[in-house]
Amino acid sequence: MDVKAREKKYSKLVKKKSPSSELFKDMCRAFVVGGLICVVGQLLSFYIESFGLKKEDVSSITSSLLILIGALLTGLGWYDNIARYGKAGTLVPITGFANSIVSPAMEYKTEGYILGVGAKMFIIAGPVLVYGISASVIYGVVYYFMK
Amino acid sequence: MKNQTITVDNVYIKSTFSSVGTKESEGPLSEFFDAKYSDDLLGQDSWEKAESTLIKNTVSGALTAAKMTSNDVDLLFAGDLLNQCTASSLGLKAFDIPFFGLYGACSTFVESMMLASLAISGGFANTAIAATSSHFCSSQKQYRFPLEYGEVRTPTSQWTVTGSGCAVLTREKTKLKINKITVGKIVDLGITDANNMGAAMAPSAADTIYAHLGGAKKDHDDYDCIITGDLATVGTELLIELMAQKNIDIRRKHLDCGSLIFDRSRQNVDAGGSGCGCIASVFSGFFAKKLLNKEITKVLLIGTGALMSPSSVLLGEPIAGISHAIEIEAVN
Repeated sequence: MDVKAREKKYSKLVKKKSPSSELFKDMCRAFVVGGLICVVGQLLSFYIESFGLKKEDVSSITSSLLILIGALLTGLGWYDNIARYGKAGTLVPITGFANSIVSPAMEYKTEGYILGVGAKMFIIAGPVLVYGISASVIYGVVYYFMK
Repeated sequence: MKNQTITVDNVYIKSTFSSVGTKESEGPLSEFFDAKYSDDLLGQDSWEKAESTLIKNTVSGALTAAKMTSNDVDLLFAGDLLNQCTASSLGLKAFDIPFFGLYGACSTFVESMMLASLAISGGFANTAIAATSSHFCSSQKQYRFPLEYGEVRTPTSQWTVTGSGCAVLTREKTKLKINKITVGKIVDLGITDANNMGAAMAPSAADTIYAHLGGAKKDHDDYDCIITGDLATVGTELLIELMAQKNIDIRRKHLDCGSLIFDRSRQNVDAGGSGCGCIASVFSGFFAKKLLNKEITKVLLIGTGALMSPSSVLLGEPIAGISHAIEIEAVN
């Protein structure tokens, strides 16, 4: 049997023997946990609003507080445990972004503050920033001409 | 086909020693391990230093058990999973023993034992040490994500064992004899999923077992156990199927260290354990004791490794497997 045919045959066998993620269960958990994080954010924003701040200021303060909570839970070593249960529900909200920056910062602290923390802090969030910022620049240019 | 099996003479295991971390100490094999650490940092300030301390303490333990000092040892074969064998070279430098640093992924323990056996059998050494280690936290850092990152694991992924094992091999007769070794070939069946290492390693395990059984002209019924390193549940199923395709049924004989070391139902390890500390600690702690007690008399120990690096995975290269086998017998 030639190599390609062997690989194909084996790949079929692997597929048959490898359990796949329980998608429906995982999605339900992600919905509940991700939703709860957003509920916390909403409650925070109502509370901040009660001080009579402007709408934009309320959203910025709420986002900052959620980032703080995400960073704190990561530092306490709880965020990964919540993620184990909540699946992508902890990844999508802004708390997931905080977790993706704080966790490498903690991990690489042993390699020093410059080449460790400084260089490796964005090892996970880096691509999100690069492509997020690039996309918003393109969007801005298109918006400028369409306006 | 080339004969991959080599018969070695006058190679005996004088002592073994195993060390494990917290999760492994809470697993089903807990009572068999010689040293159990409740602090995964082992009092150090980084995971790399923790792992090097783990392998250092394990080699010390094995030397003490053999009633030897490092001056009595001619050669030291060791390796780990970290870049440039960091744990072994940092941890073992103080022993001052001529050193071979090895990398065969999770097959390194059996690779080390094989090379030590060849050195003794060939008359180049009287005593040689084989040791390996792996650490969940240092492996996570190197191969996957930071520890505190909210990573979602797939059901086929494996949990790197925090553990180390060491065997002191001598020419002097003891109760454990090494008879034969089978050097594995690199087998690549195009697996690219780094979260399914069992699938990447199973074809090489099947290839090496088949070569060993053919080369040794013996039926697998000769063995009480055919022990693989860290195929875990998915890899085990695949190995049994691949062997069945060659008309060899190993289901009754086969045991896998990656499946034995953790209790999957309560320890959140998905498919099971992995890492070159897995087979090292399970063989040195569990199987060596079973052989000495004569509960089992002859085993085929197969180190299974997935040959990949963080770069090779990103380059989209397939993950090849390598498996080495060593036949160990309890003698009078």
